[in-house]
Amino acid sequence: MKEKIRNQAWEDYQKDIADDNYYFARSCIRQNFFPAAEELFLKIIAKELGKNIFDDAQQTTCTGIAYHSGIIPFETTSTVVARQFSLMNEAGYENFVCSCVTSFGIYSEVLETWKHFPEKEKEAREALLRATGKTFKIPKNLVHTSDLIYKFRKEISEKALLQLTNQQAGLPLKVVDHIGCHYAKIFPEKGIGGAEFPYVLAGMIDEWGGSQVDYPERRHCCGFGFRQYLLKSNRGYSLSNSKMKFDSMQPYHPDLIIANCPGCTFFLDRWQYVISEMEGKTYGENGYGIPVLTYEELAGLLLGYNPWDIGLQVHQVAVEPLLDKLGIKYNPDEKYKGLNGQDLGKPEMPSILKCH
Amino acid sequence: MSKLIELLHKDIRVIEGLKACINCGTCTAICPAAAVSDYDPRMVVDTVQQGNEKELELLLKSDTIWRCGECLSCKTRCPRENVPGYIIQALRALSVETGFFIESKQGQKQLAIKRTVGDHILQYGYCVYIDEVNTDMYPEQGPVWDWLRENKESVMNRLGASYKKDQSGTLRQTSNESLNDLKKIFDETGATERFDKIEEYSRLNAIKMDIPFSKGNDEYFKKMYEE
Repeated sequence: MKEKIRNQAWEDYQKDIADDNYYFARSCIRQNFFPAAEELFLKIIAKELGKNIFDDAQQTTCTGIAYHSGIIPFETTSTVVARQFSLMNEAGYENFVCSCVTSFGIYSEVLETWKHFPEKEKEAREALLRATGKTFKIPKNLVHTSDLIYKFRKEISEKALLQLTNQQAGLPLKVVDHIGCHYAKIFPEKGIGGAEFPYVLAGMIDEWGGSQVDYPERRHCCGFGFRQYLLKSNRGYSLSNSKMKFDSMQPYHPDLIIANCPGCTFFLDRWQYVISEMEGKTYGENGYGIPVLTYEELAGLLLGYNPWDIGLQVHQVAVEPLLDKLGIKYNPDEKYKGLNGQDLGKPEMPSILKCH
Repeated sequence: MSKLIELLHKDIRVIEGLKACINCGTCTAICPAAAVSDYDPRMVVDTVQQGNEKELELLLKSDTIWRCGECLSCKTRCPRENVPGYIIQALRALSVETGFFIESKQGQKQLAIKRTVGDHILQYGYCVYIDEVNTDMYPEQGPVWDWLRENKESVMNRLGASYKKDQSGTLRQTSNESLNDLKKIFDETGATERFDKIEEYSRLNAIKMDIPFSKGNDEYFKKMYEE
């Protein structure tokens, strides 16, 4: 048999992604730190792609951060997951899409555990019924939000006003993809491309005209570490692991980082600020950092959304170097305005990292 | 078999996570915690596999089991399908269950996580909520976060969020019905019991350490969170 070349190995890992009619589950982290990202995702799916997606006011956290920090048991997490499934059933949906890689790992872990230990499913059903009176059916299809953007990457490309090209140089932009451990490291068969060559974001880069950056620490964890980040005393764990990645990618001069996981997006953005304050080091050009976007923020830019309407001003690393390379016209004076142009002042400038 | 080992082997995370470890050290090589701290998942699995009750008790009372970051990179890499990250989950659960967590500096810190993430879930419906995140506790948030918090109503409106509103959307007010469901699930499935255990052992430890202990961000919390 002809040996498959390594960069095609991702093709062995494909998954079913439903065509339409999704129940949407929100992320704890994204809502706070990138508060426009999920609204933009919903707009892209519903308005740009014409799909049906339901945003339920009754949903809650999946509890994943608490579970992985050791403060709540598996039985609690699986029963909260069961409640989410029940809400999906009540709303008349079968396809579950969650907006967080930790959640995607949690939902996948709960379903796999129930498959191997049916008594745990029975326990969760009974606990949910006792606690809430609810029952549930397991979703027909369970995916991550980036899986949908990946699935419809060609449709997005057709509607896009721009490609991932440096307009002045006429060259593809160099893009780092960061997948997030719980997308495919726990269950490689549940991620597009598996754990070794995850293709969920790389597929967007390829389709939208960019060039992938393959650097030594590409698959290394961002360093969230759950309890390690949550405790101020332990945060060096998180910072050190992100720094390992920045130092490894810097020689390749990336124009942009796109991240799959809410936590990773946050850390890759904020730790650049911290490293600049602690060591005077910046990773982008001319004193800027490397801009860090979510997959839908990148799609939104290419589709022509105003960067300040999709929340790019609340990233700590400035996105202007990327906007300039893409040739996107923007009004710097609008960046920190509120609704209807309300003047809200400006954030303080960091001491080293150039921001505005 | 002795008691701690018996209890540990009842946990499905050990049933799933411990097959037959060959001590190859692949987990340690890939581990982000091992890269930045004195942590060696190979040794943790070896101790559990050996089944020595005294060694296991020492492990449950140590900082070691709290070093893992649960990235689960070890699950992908182990050539024998062991999962050190799963075994750690079971060890942590047993450490809280037995009260041994209070014997280690890292274990004691579970109180700070319970009082942030744990309490936020029951108060807001999510693990994190903007109102609770300030740059004193989270300085890495940077000046842009201070600006966002100072102007949150206006910025959130511009960005289409539903901050504190009784409707669907980003940062909405989670309904009392949903919060009650969560509380009842926590009561029913062991989370409330674990929370109570963390609080009670911490209270006793605070007396021993002579540190004021009440609730929220008290002096004991600050020590656990920061030092």
